[in-house]
Amino acid sequence: MNDIVIEARDLVKSYQMGEIEVHALAGVSFDIQRGELLSIMGPSGAGKSTLMNILGCLDLPTGGDYILDGEHVSDLSQDELADIRNRKVGFVFQSFNLLSRSSALANVTLPMRYAGVSNAERKERATKALQSVGLGDRIYHRPTELSGGQQQRVAIARALVNHPAILMADEPTGNLDSKSGREIMDLLLSLNRDQGVTVIVVTHDPEVSAQTDRIITLKDGVLEKAV
Amino acid sequence: MNISGVIFEALESLNANKMRSALTIIGVVIGVGAVIAMLSLGEGVQASISGQISDIGSNLLFVFSGNEDEEVRNVTPLKEADVAALNDPFNAPSVQTAVASIGGRVEASYGGESSSVSMTGTTASYASVRDIELEEGEFLTDDHQLGVASVAVIGPDVADKLFGRRDGVVGETIRLAGQPLRVIGLTEAKGGSATGSEDNVVFVPLASARTRLVSRSIVGEVDTIYVQAVDADSVTAASQEVTELLRSRHRLQPGAADDFTIFSQDSIASMAESITNVLIIFLGGVAGISLLVGGIGIMNIMLVSVTERTREIGLRKALGARKSHILTQFLTESALLSLIGGLLGVLLGWGLSKVVSIIAIQSGTDITPVFTIGTVLLATLFSAAVGIFFGIYPANRAASLEPVEALRHE
Ligand SMILES: Nc1ncnc2c1ncn2[C@@H]1O[C@H](COP(=O)(O)OP(=O)(O)OP(=O)(O)O)[C@@H](O)[C@H]1O
Ligand SMILES: [Mg+2]
Repeated sequence: MNDIVIEARDLVKSYQMGEIEVHALAGVSFDIQRGELLSIMGPSGAGKSTLMNILGCLDLPTGGDYILDGEHVSDLSQDELADIRNRKVGFVFQSFNLLSRSSALANVTLPMRYAGVSNAERKERATKALQSVGLGDRIYHRPTELSGGQQQRVAIARALVNHPAILMADEPTGNLDSKSGREIMDLLLSLNRDQGVTVIVVTHDPEVSAQTDRIITLKDGVLEKAV
Repeated sequence: MNISGVIFEALESLNANKMRSALTIIGVVIGVGAVIAMLSLGEGVQASISGQISDIGSNLLFVFSGNEDEEVRNVTPLKEADVAALNDPFNAPSVQTAVASIGGRVEASYGGESSSVSMTGTTASYASVRDIELEEGEFLTDDHQLGVASVAVIGPDVADKLFGRRDGVVGETIRLAGQPLRVIGLTEAKGGSATGSEDNVVFVPLASARTRLVSRSIVGEVDTIYVQAVDADSVTAASQEVTELLRSRHRLQPGAADDFTIFSQDSIASMAESITNVLIIFLGGVAGISLLVGGIGIMNIMLVSVTERTREIGLRKALGARKSHILTQFLTESALLSLIGGLLGVLLGWGLSKVVSIIAIQSGTDITPVFTIGTVLLATLFSAAVGIFFGIYPANRAASLEPVEALRHE
């Protein structure tokens, strides 16, 4: 079995802004091992989110090659990308992005609905996922009835429920106070350590990145140093 | 995703914006309600008119003097002798009975009351040919003709106007254009009628009418001949026999135009039907426009909803929703809006047409709205189609959003 889950080869992402071409990514290459916990750092505008979007198959690179869990992503259609996101990628956003109308349980079942999982199994797996992030007693609460930290836990449960190959978190603690932020980081660490989930975290916080196995630093769309 | 899940989710999101959904639905309710009311009332009018036409009698032909379509120089008037010839089964085997009538509006009076009525001078067989039933007394007989009797059979409206009652009017004497006539019968009410004169009538013996009430310069001239065919299948044959017989009696050269006109009850019925069909299409079309406006309301609301939920759409895509998932989600919402509107609209339309029918009946016109499964299905399916049609653009817009762009949307 291949132990490399992500292979990025010379990734380029450029935007045409009128006359000038903006290179959000200007040739980025690296590998990520299965089970790794990796953080991406860098100043604002360095291209961290752009990179995450490509790694998460939300966006396609304008150049280079990207292989996720053995699949060449650049050749895929929109619907195939949607399926990859559904099966192989779990997203955690800075602003949680939960559906405010729906309960925690319904939010967590959402990815399974697009995967065609049966009703009963959806409920069972979602309940388990919520229990594993410590929200077993809050499954019928709506996002507005939960604290920020709890909302982010729901989002993490949602990201994990389809057993993805990687979990991507773009500044997951950015909207949280330091205590809940630490709790969320602890949760991600334990998921990595105990369940072997591959985790990529984008962060500005050195305290957060210090807890990870490896740090990738981006600057102006290129890798500054890979530890 | 299973269908019930999709519908449940769509209902949930419509429910999240109750007021907005309700207002959008009302637009469709009014549209569908108008369509249903117009179609059912239109069909009610059609049924009522065709009912009145069949009340005239059955398998009837109407023969008039003259020709509206072609120019005829010397018109030979219809005469009683023509009627006698038509009644001869040797001449016209498909004719059951032919009966003559002359008539016009005259003044009827009794005591201090007077009223303008439609007078028909005719013979005994008129009752069977024109389906006249008597409430009281008897119809004109052959003896009345022979005796040129001063008798009259009156309609219920005439009784109402002259006597203010319908009981015991037989035996009274009324005056028609000044001539005293003894009432011998009262006809049954035929109900409200498009022609309006079915109940406001007085029948007198043809001979009496000719000598005392109307002046016709030509001896034996009649206005109309009613011909009843032996059965429904013989109406065409009867019409041909009448044509041939009258042409030969009127000594028309081959190739010359008829100097008389034959209408069949069927042709009148189909003419009335084609007129009311135009009416129904027109009313339905006008109502359809309001349904269209309702549809535009749906499109408007769905566009607002897509814009508002851009982030949600981005999130769903990030979680693995395909284009078709998003498309289905928004199409289901718009189809549900219009389907709910359609179902409520059927109820509204039903209520509206009931109200209109009650008002119409109170003012003397008998319109019973006709609801067919077809009308209801048509309106419901059409409204769902409107929802889908006007939902396609917004849903497609939602489904085509770029996930990264959508997620960044504030
Ligand atoms: N859709 C776009 N059109 C044009 N330029 C873009 C677009 N998206 C990103 N960029 C540019 O690409 C560069 C990298 O942006 P990106 O969002 O990846 O930065 P970041 O490292 O995530 O910053 P932050 O830490 O502030 O989130 C920026 O210069 C930005 O202006
Ligand atoms: Mg960013």
